[in-house]
Amino acid sequence: MAGAAVLRILSASPAQAYALIVAGAVGSPERVTFVLAAWAPLLLAAAGLLVTFAAGLWNIGIEGQVILGAVCATGALRALEHLGPPWLALITAGLAGAAGGTFWALLAGALRAYGRVNEIFGGLGLNFIAGSLTVYLVLGPWARPGIASTSGTLPFDAALWLPALRIPPVAVPFEVLLGLAAIGAVSAALRGTYFGLYLTAMGHSLRAAQLRGVATTRETLRAFALCGAFAGLAGFALVAGAYSRHQLFPLISAGNGYLAILVVLLAGRNAAACALIAAAFAAISMGSLQLPLAMQLDSSMGGVIQGLLVLSVIVLRGFQTRFLREGT
Amino acid sequence: MRVELREIRKFFGAVRANDGVTLAAEAGTIHGVLGENGAGKSTLMKILSGTLVPDGGQILLDGAPVPIGSAARALRAHIGMVHQDPLDFPSLSVLDNFLLGAPAGFVPRRGRARDALRTLAARFGFALDPDARCDHLTVAERQQLEIVRLLWLGVQVLILDEPTTAISASQRTHLFAALRAMAAQGRVVFFVSHKLEEVQELCDRVTVLRRGRVAGEAPIPCDTGRLVRLMFGRELPRAPRPGIPLRPPADQPPAAMKSTPVLELADLAVGDTLLSLEHLFLHAAAGEVVGLAGLEGSGQRLLLQTCAGLTPPIGGRIRIGGRDLTGRPYQRFLAAGVAYVPAGRLGEGLIPGLTLADHAAIGEPRRSAFVDRRQAVRSAARRIQEFNIRGTPDTDVRALSGGNQQRALLALLPARLTLLLMEHPTRGLDLESAEEIWRRLLERRAHGTAIVFSSSDLDELLDRGDRIVVFSGGRVSVPIDARRATVEQLGELIGGKGL
Amino acid sequence: MDPVPLIAAVVAASPPVIFAVLGETLAEKSGVINLSLDGLLLLSAMTGFATARAAGSVPAGAAAAMAVGAAAGLVVAFASLTLRQHQVATGFVLTLLCQNLAYLLGAPVAHVPGPQISPAPVPLLARWPAVGPVVFDQDALVYLSFVGTAAVWWYLSKTAPGLVLRGVGEHPAAAAARGIAVNKVRYLYAAAGGALVGLGGAAFSLAVKPGWSRPYGIEGTGWIVLAIVIFGNWDPLRGVAGAYLFVLLQTLGTVLQSLMPRVPTQVFPTLPFPLMILALLLVALGNSERIHRALHRLPPGARRRLLRTLRALQSSPPASLGASLEQE
Repeated sequence: MAGAAVLRILSASPAQAYALIVAGAVGSPERVTFVLAAWAPLLLAAAGLLVTFAAGLWNIGIEGQVILGAVCATGALRALEHLGPPWLALITAGLAGAAGGTFWALLAGALRAYGRVNEIFGGLGLNFIAGSLTVYLVLGPWARPGIASTSGTLPFDAALWLPALRIPPVAVPFEVLLGLAAIGAVSAALRGTYFGLYLTAMGHSLRAAQLRGVATTRETLRAFALCGAFAGLAGFALVAGAYSRHQLFPLISAGNGYLAILVVLLAGRNAAACALIAAAFAAISMGSLQLPLAMQLDSSMGGVIQGLLVLSVIVLRGFQTRFLREGT
Repeated sequence: MRVELREIRKFFGAVRANDGVTLAAEAGTIHGVLGENGAGKSTLMKILSGTLVPDGGQILLDGAPVPIGSAARALRAHIGMVHQDPLDFPSLSVLDNFLLGAPAGFVPRRGRARDALRTLAARFGFALDPDARCDHLTVAERQQLEIVRLLWLGVQVLILDEPTTAISASQRTHLFAALRAMAAQGRVVFFVSHKLEEVQELCDRVTVLRRGRVAGEAPIPCDTGRLVRLMFGRELPRAPRPGIPLRPPADQPPAAMKSTPVLELADLAVGDTLLSLEHLFLHAAAGEVVGLAGLEGSGQRLLLQTCAGLTPPIGGRIRIGGRDLTGRPYQRFLAAGVAYVPAGRLGEGLIPGLTLADHAAIGEPRRSAFVDRRQAVRSAARRIQEFNIRGTPDTDVRALSGGNQQRALLALLPARLTLLLMEHPTRGLDLESAEEIWRRLLERRAHGTAIVFSSSDLDELLDRGDRIVVFSGGRVSVPIDARRATVEQLGELIGGKGL
Repeated sequence: MDPVPLIAAVVAASPPVIFAVLGETLAEKSGVINLSLDGLLLLSAMTGFATARAAGSVPAGAAAAMAVGAAAGLVVAFASLTLRQHQVATGFVLTLLCQNLAYLLGAPVAHVPGPQISPAPVPLLARWPAVGPVVFDQDALVYLSFVGTAAVWWYLSKTAPGLVLRGVGEHPAAAAARGIAVNKVRYLYAAAGGALVGLGGAAFSLAVKPGWSRPYGIEGTGWIVLAIVIFGNWDPLRGVAGAYLFVLLQTLGTVLQSLMPRVPTQVFPTLPFPLMILALLLVALGNSERIHRALHRLPPGARRRLLRTLRALQSSPPASLGASLEQE
């Protein structure tokens, strides 16, 4: 593996590093639970990206949509913290998160559909804006009483945590089920509905789809909105999940949106593959958190492995279509 | 230089584009390569010019075999080709186009190249402005630029692939004179065409190709009947096109024609970043066919897309079936029974990567949010059978041939149409497919659909249209009665005379 | 406020962005989009600093950074030209991979002192009032950015290989018919452009922002560079003007920051992103047919004046950008 070569540069033992990552991911029931918790936002974001990718859209703004989901969910939880039953607050926060993600995605969508700004640039710009919005909120209006620190807002009460299903020895966070349901529903919808057919048509040729009567502007906005809603739910899970930090903090999305793009790039439109690859990526991310302590290796090793994996799959795919099929 | 091709073979999958083609052309002559669309003419010439690599065969120059297989090698052997679609750089200046790829040193001397361009162009009576942008030139001028460029590179073998399809009659006369002058200087000129008269007018000798093989060779002048037999393998079956009532007799128009116009343009102005056309008036009655003539890019496409509701006009009104739809969205035009069939069959008309059943599903009215797959497959199968398309409901439209794609586009049109707007209905199709397409279109017409189509084939415009509108140099003619017009008149109008 | 020190500071801080803009312009002019710029700038900055520190030589660091940039350019070229994979997909994966690699491999050299380029005022000329401090009292990289800009402009507009480069990006099939090895040309400029981007990275870590850290603080700049290339209409001079404008805004941001102490400092670095979106919106406006149609209604005099303004904003990419040459 190319990752080993990278480690050699740092004169670290690849075998030891990989063993640590595996141990860090599945070494104990508790760790498996953490991986499951990291899996959920990836699943939700990937479900959203399946929609935009079908339409040939590069919704790189998903990172910002996750962040805005987290911001709006936090806002709702803060507002309802001491009012009414916790379940109501949680449901409202979930809806608020989805709405926030949708709003942010629609901005990128409108920039593309009406302003002809490529969604890659519009989305990225919005990502950075969402990032600094979080910083502003954490240090400004939503700062902890007394101390304004970048470590985050005041954590929520345990009553406002999403439940987890105890299947001894591990616990399955509720949002994992949400994520799996989302992936399943999206992939079914893409196959069986007119919406899915229209998006697929647009993905193959926007112009031809328009000429055949597909209302491309409307469908583009819908695709962005739906993707944003799932991304917003991912943000909600990052704030309210059973094993989250239960607070808003800078970098709350931590690249979950970008990572989900890699997942969908690898899996294509296959929902099962999406779920599996998301699980593997969650495991790598969680596992590599052990590296700095044990080996003084930076935890970005996880990102390096993921990136190398996707790059090698792209290269292999290229070889396959270019050289193997041509021979036959 | 004497050029000889021996036993050239080139297969594309199962298609034998060239299957053992042998021909020879002497220095100082114009050699015609004649054949129907798809006979293998372009393939053969692309092999000679190095753009395609043959699967077998030999190329000999002055008796010595020369390995050609890349454009660079062909150019070194002094062979150059002017392609049917201009292979130039639209956004660069004429001078840059002239210089690009020429061995002119690291920093080309522009002054010297400019002089060379002017001198060469003047020698053949071409007027080329070195500083104009290439995409502001007419097709004829772009062709001239390519010819001059190749001559500057010292080309001794000049190939022209269907050079007359997009130029006016006077431009053609001009081109032929220049080609004769070039041959007189000892060059070999290959003239590829599917038009008998042109070959007879220009060439010294002709090789006729049919289905990838040499059907025969003849010196010119040559009996027309013989060339026709070689080209089609039989006598030309008809004159003009049989089997279709071309136009109803003038004294008894079909009942539908008397009703209100289905398309009415009142003082319409259309425009985009490059071009604007003003004061367009047009009435098209039900069951009427209007042809749009003119060089590519003279505004026909703009007008068709405006009539389709894809581009809002700058001024004036569009009425469809009596209703004013000016500025309304495309969907409203569709609902009013307007359909637009663009020139790009794949990527504009059909959605590459989707199946025929998918296309059927997109076109049909939706009853719920869910696609009824079985219904879509049934509908696709019905259309496939009705229009004799070679494919199944699950065929990716990319796998269809050009003729089948065009049939599929017609098959996918809604059953009821008020107005059909079509670009180049038969471009690139063989005669049989073209006739099939027109049979379908005239069926529509008989049912009262008005048809507006653009074409660069003057015969098609005259044979199929009731009236013809000519586009030239930013202006538009009044509708001309197709029954009274001649090819010469149209050619002159397209060339800008009398507008 | 005296404008001379401000302008001198802007010119001093511009080389990284200028090199990156020039490099990406070269690559895109030939038809290859290298989307990995954001990660690549980080990786080359880290490489440049680490190498310069190990070798004790600033030029060695710059050379290593350029090699990394060229390698990344070659990866994009290989995946898209030889393997026919999506350029955006490859570029995006490479962005994340390069960023993580930079953090991982750069961990040992984070927050340590190292060599940096020394100022090299031109004798006599540096004392020229107003012009001297801006143009002649700078370091070698700044002088190189002046020369580089002129050289790239000259190369593209005056030389034969530059003409070939433009032709390849504009109409590859036509270039091939003229005997030009299209893919070879594209590989060459993908690599050369990448090397220039790499030099831009080194200009960060060896001059403008000496040293290395995680995060390094230039995250996001690569995306801005990509937007500047669009805004600059793939013209080196307009692109470099855009680069100066961006650095000026950045510098003004820090000035603004000191004037507005109550706004959290993290907000200011994101200011360029809304401006980037705005700039792209303006470009789209210049290209919009709707606007041109609306203009037809104006009296000719006013129309002509407005058209001129719009044309200045217009931007048209190399026609074959992002597509690979399909050979028969």
